[in-house]
Amino acid sequence: MIFEALQYGFMQKALLTGLVTGISCSLLGVFLILRKHALIGDGISHISFGGVAAGILFGIMPFVGALVFSIIGALVINNLREKGKLHGDASIGIVSHSALGLGIFIASIAGGFNVDILSYLFGSILAIASEEVILSSILALVVILFIVVFYHDLFYMTFDEESAKVSGISVSKLNIAMVILTAITVVSSMRVVGLMLASAFIILPASSALQLKMGFKKTLIYSGLISAFSVTLGLILSYNYNWAPSGTIILINTLVFISTYFISRINSPE
Amino acid sequence: MDQTIVEIKKMNYKFGSTLALSDISLEIKKGDFLAIIGQNGSGKTTLLKLILGLYESEKSQISLFGENLTEFNSWNKIGYVPQKAIHFENNFPATVEEVVEMGLLSGKKNPKIITKEDRVKIANALKEVDMLKYKNRRIGNLSGGQQQRVLIAKALVSHPEILFLDEPTTGVDTETQCKFYELLKNLNSKGITIVLISHDIGRITKYVTKIASLNQRLEFYGSHEEFCAWDKKHSHAKSHTHNLCPNL
Repeated sequence: MIFEALQYGFMQKALLTGLVTGISCSLLGVFLILRKHALIGDGISHISFGGVAAGILFGIMPFVGALVFSIIGALVINNLREKGKLHGDASIGIVSHSALGLGIFIASIAGGFNVDILSYLFGSILAIASEEVILSSILALVVILFIVVFYHDLFYMTFDEESAKVSGISVSKLNIAMVILTAITVVSSMRVVGLMLASAFIILPASSALQLKMGFKKTLIYSGLISAFSVTLGLILSYNYNWAPSGTIILINTLVFISTYFISRINSPE
Repeated sequence: MDQTIVEIKKMNYKFGSTLALSDISLEIKKGDFLAIIGQNGSGKTTLLKLILGLYESEKSQISLFGENLTEFNSWNKIGYVPQKAIHFENNFPATVEEVVEMGLLSGKKNPKIITKEDRVKIANALKEVDMLKYKNRRIGNLSGGQQQRVLIAKALVSHPEILFLDEPTTGVDTETQCKFYELLKNLNSKGITIVLISHDIGRITKYVTKIASLNQRLEFYGSHEEFCAWDKKHSHAKSHTHNLCPNL
């Protein structure tokens, strides 16, 4: 079934982009969940919407608009969180909803919502353009490479930020890097699952892997594998049954999470 | 002459407009086993965090191993065991070996590689705290006392010259506390300088060589015997002293 589907160029592009972006999201998700920043992905998705709308309005590539908006928004969130002394996730809510409001305003100026914007909101992996494949894949690979190179520092910072500082790790720079990486992963997955579901692409595989109660490295590896499995199966099913790929991929991720959740409860009932 | 590891000169520190520490001067020498005591809010943890560079202040007033704190970067000489209660969640996905691995990162450049020699160091550190058999267990599946031993192994694995512990036995039962202090005594006898923060150090009187009593200001700094003598003269408002000086 998969081989038949892969004869088509659009499926090859979809699988490649889906796998690379899915793995990058799932790896980052483990760090974000453990650092209690899981919803920052959701916030950045809203910010990206403003960038997409601005891109369409000003005739630049929406992808680029989303990237610029999301990186600036992520840095503002980080700054407000660290220096603004706002409670909890208020910084995410303030910045993301402001950007979302801006996006809706821009879209209305541009003549209302159109197909372009909807494809960014809900994903259109099967219709992804070659330049978007390249951009998404490069961005996702940058995230994966960063996590590999800085794995130990990120792990230490996630385990105990204070002790990481004492060991000489530049925690504030890594915090900035983490929010920028989150912005990049959201934008890179925008065409795969859409901005509405990008956060789920970050949270679900990582949450499933965390249910398996393994060590840190294995949790990361399993998170990546679960995401790759969900993307591959989701694409095959959506190709065969003409289902929406983004929704199918996320629903498979949800089923995997439910399975691991119950397996975990059966193995350790307390 | 004994090497001075930590030197603080006339240091003040404020949280906003609230004075947390005033006119603190002290030296910690190599081989000391120092207990920093004081009531809650006396500034013990603040002092520790200033020494470790976790709080920013006029850092020129602190030097580590003869170097100004702003220039200091030999963090592998320092082991730190923070308060367990704020340390990590019990379902954190890390094995004992992975936790101790973190103690080896200081001084390595990215990408940081854990070598075969490092694995031997990790095994030795775990052996030292009698936790080697648990190296593949998740840290959250261990008891409080065992978790503290793992955190000590993490602090020891890079062979630090000084070990800072912030209320390390909070939430740990009495028997485990005694075993824990025996372990610290053993490490101190091997030449590791130990700085222990506690608001109730009654059980460790027989181990410490020096005591610093803090109440925003440094009320006392000296040996245990000197402290008891000092305390006789200043016995008012010292609720902790009956633990430290049982003969009083």
